Amino acid sequence: MAVSESGAPVIDPMHQFVVGPLFGGGPVGSFLTITNSTLWMFVSILAISALLIMGMRGRALVPTRTQSVAEILYTFIRSMVMDILGEDGKTYFPYIFTIFIFILFSNLLGMVPGSFTTTSHIAVTAILALAVFISVIAIGFMKHGAGFLKLFWVESAPLALRPVLALIEVISFFVRPLSHSIRLAGNMMAGHAVLKVFAGLLALLIYSGLGILAILPLGLMVAITALEFLVACVQAYIFAILTCIYLNDALHPSH
Amino acid sequence: MEGNIADMGKFIGAGLATMGLGGAGIGVGLVVGNFLAGALRNPAAAAGQTATMFLGIAFAEALGIFSFLIALLLMFAV
Repeated sequence: MAVSESGAPVIDPMHQFVVGPLFGGGPVGSFLTITNSTLWMFVSILAISALLIMGMRGRALVPTRTQSVAEILYTFIRSMVMDILGEDGKTYFPYIFTIFIFILFSNLLGMVPGSFTTTSHIAVTAILALAVFISVIAIGFMKHGAGFLKLFWVESAPLALRPVLALIEVISFFVRPLSHSIRLAGNMMAGHAVLKVFAGLLALLIYSGLGILAILPLGLMVAITALEFLVACVQAYIFAILTCIYLNDALHPSH
Repeated sequence: MEGNIADMGKFIGAGLATMGLGGAGIGVGLVVGNFLAGALRNPAAAAGQTATMFLGIAFAEALGIFSFLIALLLMFAV
């Protein structure tokens, strides 16, 4: 929490999203500079590896707690992929699982006080969404050739309506990476900013000697923190399920 | 109070842009409310449709997030 010259706390909800170099001050020099964003991405990769490798090391018939967490995550995503993509989806399961678990861990590690939420930056989520978008186009054309374009030609509609629908379908197809990435980044950024605004209100109340009134925003903050944990999990799930649905278009383009 | 008229326009615009979030609230409420109404009529079919519900929430919410993005752009980028 920043403090003004008179000693009063200042509400600065956007400060937590500043990307800066980890070693030495100044602006980010090149794309090789190790920033706090890089650090927290590495932390989430390490946490994922620890959970999945250490957890599955025992391969016990009756799983330990860590092993059952790893197994639940695995089977949950596997059944989701199988439901939406069908039997062809098996090939894409590792990709979707990787995306899901990276976003889940980035979101959850962002809830650690003082940490940095990598997924709150559009730069990070846009790369994830663009990777999905480009692979959908590539897989669609590789599997079906020009038949992939049937995705935009709704054959169940009357002939006169088809060009109009095709235009709408094309627009909605190209808006996908935008909405896919902004949904995740916007949710994480908005949630964390709300938390900081309430924390700032709390600090202001205590500073101005109205500490007894601070109980109300404190209770609200606990509730919002719980909601943020829910949002962190749900957004990772939604990103993964949308990836499945977009891939389904590439695998089965006809309506 | 000091500042210039452009800053005022920025703040007013950002405030107006947040009204879009109300629409997202209505949309998410409609999706979940109708899901619940359907689920209580036929609880056996409800479990299979939770993924669809989350999808509906995601699409309704995305449009609200766009208005939040416009507010952010007005505040920090314009």
